[in-house]
Amino acid sequence: MRAERMITPAVLFVVAFLVTALPFERSGGNFAGTASFLTTFLTTVGIYAIFTLALNIQWGYTGVFNFGVAAFFLVGAYTAAIVTKDPASGEFVQYVGGFGEFLSPNFLDAGEWLPFIVGIGAAGLASGLLALLLSVPTLRLREDYLAISTIGIAELLRRAVIENPTVVGGTNAMVGIPGPLDGYFAPGDWKYAFLVMVFVFLGLLLFAVERGIRSPWGRVLRALREDETVTAASGKNVFAFKMQGFVFGAVIMGMGGAVFGFGRGSVSPDTFDHFFATFLFWAMLIVGGSGNNWGAIVGAFVVWGVWTISLQLNGYDLPGILQVRIFFIRDLLIGSTIVLFLLLRPQGLVPEQRRVSSWLDRRVRTPPDARPPPEADATGGE
Amino acid sequence: MKSDQRPDILTIEDVSKAFGGLQAVNRADLAVAEGSITGLIGPNGAGKTTLFNLISGFLKPDHGHITFKGERIDGLPPHKVFHRGLVRTFQIPRELGGMTVVENLMLVPVNQAGEYLWNSWFLPWRVNEQEETNFTKAEEVLSFLNLLHLRDEYALNLSGGQKKLLELGRTLMCNPKMILLDEPAAGVNRTLMRDIVEDIKRLRKELGITFFVIEHDMDIVALLCDRLIVMAEGTKLAEGSPDEVRKDERVLEAYLGGRGR
Ligand SMILES: Nc1ncnc2c1ncn2[C@@H]1O[C@H](COP(=O)(O)OP(=O)(O)OP(=O)(O)O)[C@@H](O)[C@H]1O
Ligand SMILES: [Mg+2]
Repeated sequence: MRAERMITPAVLFVVAFLVTALPFERSGGNFAGTASFLTTFLTTVGIYAIFTLALNIQWGYTGVFNFGVAAFFLVGAYTAAIVTKDPASGEFVQYVGGFGEFLSPNFLDAGEWLPFIVGIGAAGLASGLLALLLSVPTLRLREDYLAISTIGIAELLRRAVIENPTVVGGTNAMVGIPGPLDGYFAPGDWKYAFLVMVFVFLGLLLFAVERGIRSPWGRVLRALREDETVTAASGKNVFAFKMQGFVFGAVIMGMGGAVFGFGRGSVSPDTFDHFFATFLFWAMLIVGGSGNNWGAIVGAFVVWGVWTISLQLNGYDLPGILQVRIFFIRDLLIGSTIVLFLLLRPQGLVPEQRRVSSWLDRRVRTPPDARPPPEADATGGE
Repeated sequence: MKSDQRPDILTIEDVSKAFGGLQAVNRADLAVAEGSITGLIGPNGAGKTTLFNLISGFLKPDHGHITFKGERIDGLPPHKVFHRGLVRTFQIPRELGGMTVVENLMLVPVNQAGEYLWNSWFLPWRVNEQEETNFTKAEEVLSFLNLLHLRDEYALNLSGGQKKLLELGRTLMCNPKMILLDEPAAGVNRTLMRDIVEDIKRLRKELGITFFVIEHDMDIVALLCDRLIVMAEGTKLAEGSPDEVRKDERVLEAYLGGRGR
């Protein structure tokens, strides 16, 4: 029991240590370089955690098997880019079939914070609308068919972007997306400010999602995941709730796409491949603990940590047989981590809370005579 | 103790349902009187559970009408049938395994403000007030079913009989007009079942809830029901008081015939 409780802190420590120590050692003890490296690393973790959090609503709670996260990521990233980009810049005027200029209103001066808030909102809206449209034909499908159709939709959108250069620039990528408040910082320092912004935003989302989901609303979603028939027999409109969970998750995915674009400064279709834009988030959710919002964040940290560390290893004198194969070994590593977790620790690093309702959690915890035996309590997080 | 003078709360007219070539319910015609405890008996495969699925909206009839409180309900989705005040249990218990026992029950009450995302964000005090009410109600139901000590256990870990009781508990969490029970006694301890029989009678008397009960255990049926409907091969074979039905030759034949196969 005791040993098991140490697994999560131990994993977190090892990943944090390696992610810090390897670049420090390789840069010959350069503090500034290591700090800069860690900033980039944590920013990515923060952005990916947004997607994992969203996927947790869809899969961890509602039981909707979305294997096309990339579709919502893509829609969010391009929407925010179009809204925030400076209208006059380059070939942008021809985008969106010539409407690009119109869609990026002049009153949104990219030097201020407003266009980014509007951009994030628009991204959430567009992605949510896509989910709403898709939910009608797909949500009534069985879980496995739903997964297949979401894969199809993600690929369809990506191909549409590639094949139509006048929509959002095709394979040329859409460049010149401004970073929030980047006018206020020296070019090299902005990324630290952006890291703070990402984590503030993630914190807000986590708060909203926790509060929204650990409630009677979330209870209906978890019931759906467990058994749709009983949920219907308990008087709940199965389709309506399933749609709400799916759309809510998609809105957050769209917002994640917006933040991703702001950080990158450019968006191109090759970002949205199945591995990076869908599969990786599933890996993060499974490792972190499906059904727990905190787990989604822990999972993003650990999986992206493993990914980063494995590339760092490349700088060392590895045996030739590994050296040339390191890129394939990384894929293998992520794949085997998932398998390992599914076999040995299906509940993930931070298992889901036993009770959905946070009110009930507090209520049951308070009177000591009502406490369940401690080892039966699989509550995580906090 | 006949309730013939009372109006029918549920009527099934000429209802049929086939699965492929198999005619599970075949032009069934029957009615349940308001405030009665009506038993539905018949050999295995007679179509009893299928009839419940048709009434509760989980299946659509191929043919015929189902009327509840004077309104057509055939073709309505299950949650709408539920909201009309008609609730059901499942023959094979279907618990929400990954949720605690008490939350299985707290799911059920209608008009929960917290079921709207907006309210859980902005009106938590209202949500919490209702949670308190629903929790108290769920605890009452659990103590009635002898399950109170398991309230914080995952429903997955209940025994077969306990899951059966949880099924019954679900129907007691709302204020239904009519409850369909599919073999409530199967796997449940006899002494406890006798208590439950008494409580069902009390619910009927005090709250006027109508019960329609599928049950194979003839002792329970005799204790519980004031009227029996016998189904065989998808259609109504006989109807009457438990005593009348027991003497009916066609009923004996149907059961023996069913057993002989
Ligand atoms: N979903 C289904 N698909 C195909 N056949 C079905 C389905 N549901 C029921 N049946 C068939 O319909 C017939 C009636 O089944 P039903 O479950 O209604 O019987 P029952 O009277 O409840 O029997 P028991 O007393 O054994 O529970 C059976 O032959 C059964 O195999
Ligand atoms: Mg049956």
